[in-house]
Amino acid sequence: MSVHDSWRVDAREKVTGQARFAADLHIPGQLIGKVWRSGQTHARIVSLDATEAKKIPGVVKIMLAGDMPAHTTWSTYPFLAQGRVLYQGDAVALVAAESEEAALAALAQMEAVYEALPPVLSLDEALEESAPILHNSYPDNRVANSHWPVRKGNIREGFEQSDLVLEREYRTSHVEHAYIEPEAVVVMTDWDGSLIIYGSTQNPFNTRRAVAAATGYPLNKVRVVQQAVGGSFGGKEESVGLLAGRASVLCLATGRPVKMTYSREESVIESSKRHPFRFRYKVGAKRDGRLMALQAELVDEGGAYNFQAQFMNWRACVHAAGVYHIPNVEIDVYAVHTNHVFGGAMRGYSSPQIIFAQESLMDELAAALGLEPLALRRLNFLREGDETITGQILHEPVNAEKVTLRALDLADYERKKEAYRRQDPDTRQVGGIGFATCFRGCGLGAEAPDATGAILSVQEDGSIVVRSSLTDMGQGLQTAHAQLVARELGVSPARIVSKPVDTSLVPEGGMTVASRGTYSGGKPILQAVARIKQILLHVAAQKLECSAGELAMANDCVFRREDPSQKLSFAEVASAAFWSGHSLSVTEWFQPGPLRWERETGQGEAFPSYTYSCVVAEVSVDRLTGKATVTKLVSVHDAGRVVHAGAASGQVYGGMAMGVGMALMEGLNFERGLVTSTNFDRYLIPTAADIPEAVFEFLPSDGNSGAAGAKSLGEATVEAVPAAVANALAAAGYRLRTLPALSESLLKRERG
Amino acid sequence: MKKLITLNINGQEFDLAVSPRDLLVDVIRRKVGLTGTKKGCGQGDCGACTVLMDGRPILSCLTLAVACQGRRIQTIEGLSEGDKLHPIQESFVEHGAVQCGFCTPGMILSAKALLDRNPHPSEEEIKLGIAGNLCRCTGYKKIVESIAGAAEKMAEGEG
Ligand code: FES
Ligand code: FES
Repeated sequence: MSVHDSWRVDAREKVTGQARFAADLHIPGQLIGKVWRSGQTHARIVSLDATEAKKIPGVVKIMLAGDMPAHTTWSTYPFLAQGRVLYQGDAVALVAAESEEAALAALAQMEAVYEALPPVLSLDEALEESAPILHNSYPDNRVANSHWPVRKGNIREGFEQSDLVLEREYRTSHVEHAYIEPEAVVVMTDWDGSLIIYGSTQNPFNTRRAVAAATGYPLNKVRVVQQAVGGSFGGKEESVGLLAGRASVLCLATGRPVKMTYSREESVIESSKRHPFRFRYKVGAKRDGRLMALQAELVDEGGAYNFQAQFMNWRACVHAAGVYHIPNVEIDVYAVHTNHVFGGAMRGYSSPQIIFAQESLMDELAAALGLEPLALRRLNFLREGDETITGQILHEPVNAEKVTLRALDLADYERKKEAYRRQDPDTRQVGGIGFATCFRGCGLGAEAPDATGAILSVQEDGSIVVRSSLTDMGQGLQTAHAQLVARELGVSPARIVSKPVDTSLVPEGGMTVASRGTYSGGKPILQAVARIKQILLHVAAQKLECSAGELAMANDCVFRREDPSQKLSFAEVASAAFWSGHSLSVTEWFQPGPLRWERETGQGEAFPSYTYSCVVAEVSVDRLTGKATVTKLVSVHDAGRVVHAGAASGQVYGGMAMGVGMALMEGLNFERGLVTSTNFDRYLIPTAADIPEAVFEFLPSDGNSGAAGAKSLGEATVEAVPAAVANALAAAGYRLRTLPALSESLLKRERG
Repeated sequence: MKKLITLNINGQEFDLAVSPRDLLVDVIRRKVGLTGTKKGCGQGDCGACTVLMDGRPILSCLTLAVACQGRRIQTIEGLSEGDKLHPIQESFVEHGAVQCGFCTPGMILSAKALLDRNPHPSEEEIKLGIAGNLCRCTGYKKIVESIAGAAEKMAEGEG
């Protein structure tokens, strides 16, 4: 890879310590805000007493539930709990003080009396007839709007036509985002009385919505300015909205700027987690391996409040059967409430969990049929022109088989598989190789409008500012966008400044989720570039006395294609255009065509395009200690046309590491509903020493719907990794149906 | 009770009033105003707060500021000379080892300590050298590559 491929708009600032994260800001006169949390699993608040806390020198304001103008975000989270607390992270008081020390001292002096209520401690408990009801409006403990069914063909006949029927249950755990930067915001008022929020936020417009809800302010008086974000992966959404809402209320109540920074413990306690799932799959196949029927119940744990389960589960129902052609399908996905921390978006949304279950099932089915994993898959892979389980005909190239064959080839799969099969089963260290193939709907699909905006402005000196409505949280989106502009205008990236989101400057363009930053976010940028280009070429043509069609742009110049010596510098053209009264600032909006979806049957066009991926994993297990290690990962992604090779490969390696964590080590521990692994000493994530040898390839493909041919990639990189690792462990003799595959579970499981 | 101390940070002396319990990370960030040093866990598990003390990497979230008098402290801000990046910084930029950048200052300082002590580390030694610095974004691969690349650069620089 050339050095140029690794160019990034913000790298220099980040290696010198200049990049400013929200916690780095210091506003003169600022107060420090803190949250006092319930620490209860499920309880009624009997009394709260701040008398002693108020006496601490430096304490400026204490607010208890009831002191706030509005009480919940758009979903059901309270900024401050009302009467009852539903999990340990629920806030019952807010403190603002002159210093961190005073604020913490005040928290230590707060007194509360609670009356414990019966808790719901797992998704199984939530489903029991006699389970305590957590939200009165949902007496069955099901999360609102979270049920998404898929009905296709005739499930009964499908099983009747099957020669073999296999039933399995799989489970996954609560996974923490573990971005290294804990959430932080600084809030102040502007001289016109509006609020300015500087924050580590993945979705500034959602943060703005939360602040408006907490303060009662109209949206135009709330301005959210995104700071450098120290990783998010889906996490800095709801929790940052809560944080910003609380800080704003304190700011207005005290008339002072307020800074709130979470400790790691608070971040773990009050930020969403990857939804844990329970999968019950029943699959039917012909003796030769043809899939005939799939029935599945997918239940995920939404936790105390309703956040994203309703969206997550839609994506889940679309992907529940994997990248296979199955004529008869009955799928039900729904989420339940418990007294645990809430589930939310995390890189891959529901897919890493689903692919683990569904690709484990494929391997188990292959074994039951006496087929090779590859043979079973090749017989059933979706192909161009096939219909998915949601009744969508795939018109674009379907590369499931291609990525699989390429990945297996790169991994030397066949030879290694044979070698592992011949290994001495009595040695201490045993190994295995396995793989998983998947697809991923690009962008938001039929879940929500995938519309978004951008502003591009060329200055009179030829420098360029690009602003997207979508955010960079470390994945390199600002760089990818600058790259698109540079490429299309034939200028060097150094000319371009790509700005983080400021809600007062760009149109609201939805959330930066679903790996849509480049795929959709690139579209309005390209539209804007096209408009600017037209103006610049028109102006240059006048100067060079030719037609615009004869001109080309490259190397920071506009020149005649026939005679490149007739040229103007980009800056000259920009200046001429500006001084002749042209607008060089363009706001563009991209709105995709509508997609059809029928809720009762789960039939319709789910996504315009799909990314196809295959991951091959090799593992080694120490039979005495049960410790499993991933020794090698190979992945091949059909991500269309890759816009920025450096950022894309960075996504792949990062996704692999996160997948290894989910497969082998990550799962929150609870004791009676309270998280016990609240910091990195007990919640372990992969370190440099845990990283396997990694190989990947992008399989270029055309004919999709993304900006400049790009498909969604960020999430595709992680989603098949846990499944591949699980299948590799199974090949080594350890078929585990619950993740993470901790040493304890491996030890317990008899090899065979 | 506040105590007056003098800290030598990046070659500059700072007179500071601190309480005996103040941690170095907070003093550097809040009192000195150098915010390149990050705080990710506050208890010695993530490495984001790594700084160099007399050339050795320490976790500033576990270190009392009062204990650092008379020592030479180096933070990420003290690594480049004017506009000229340190070879490790340069290598991180060139190899695309930076994503969100939150782990980067600590990672680079751990790398510096490693290369100062062992100018030609093997891949394994690099991995161990940064095993105390968590990164959630990059999967470490490009970080390891950039440290190896920096080692080469620095060796060339000497030759
Ligand atoms: S903040 Fe010091 S090790 Fe994490
Ligand atoms: S680059 Fe984000 S934590 Fe390392």
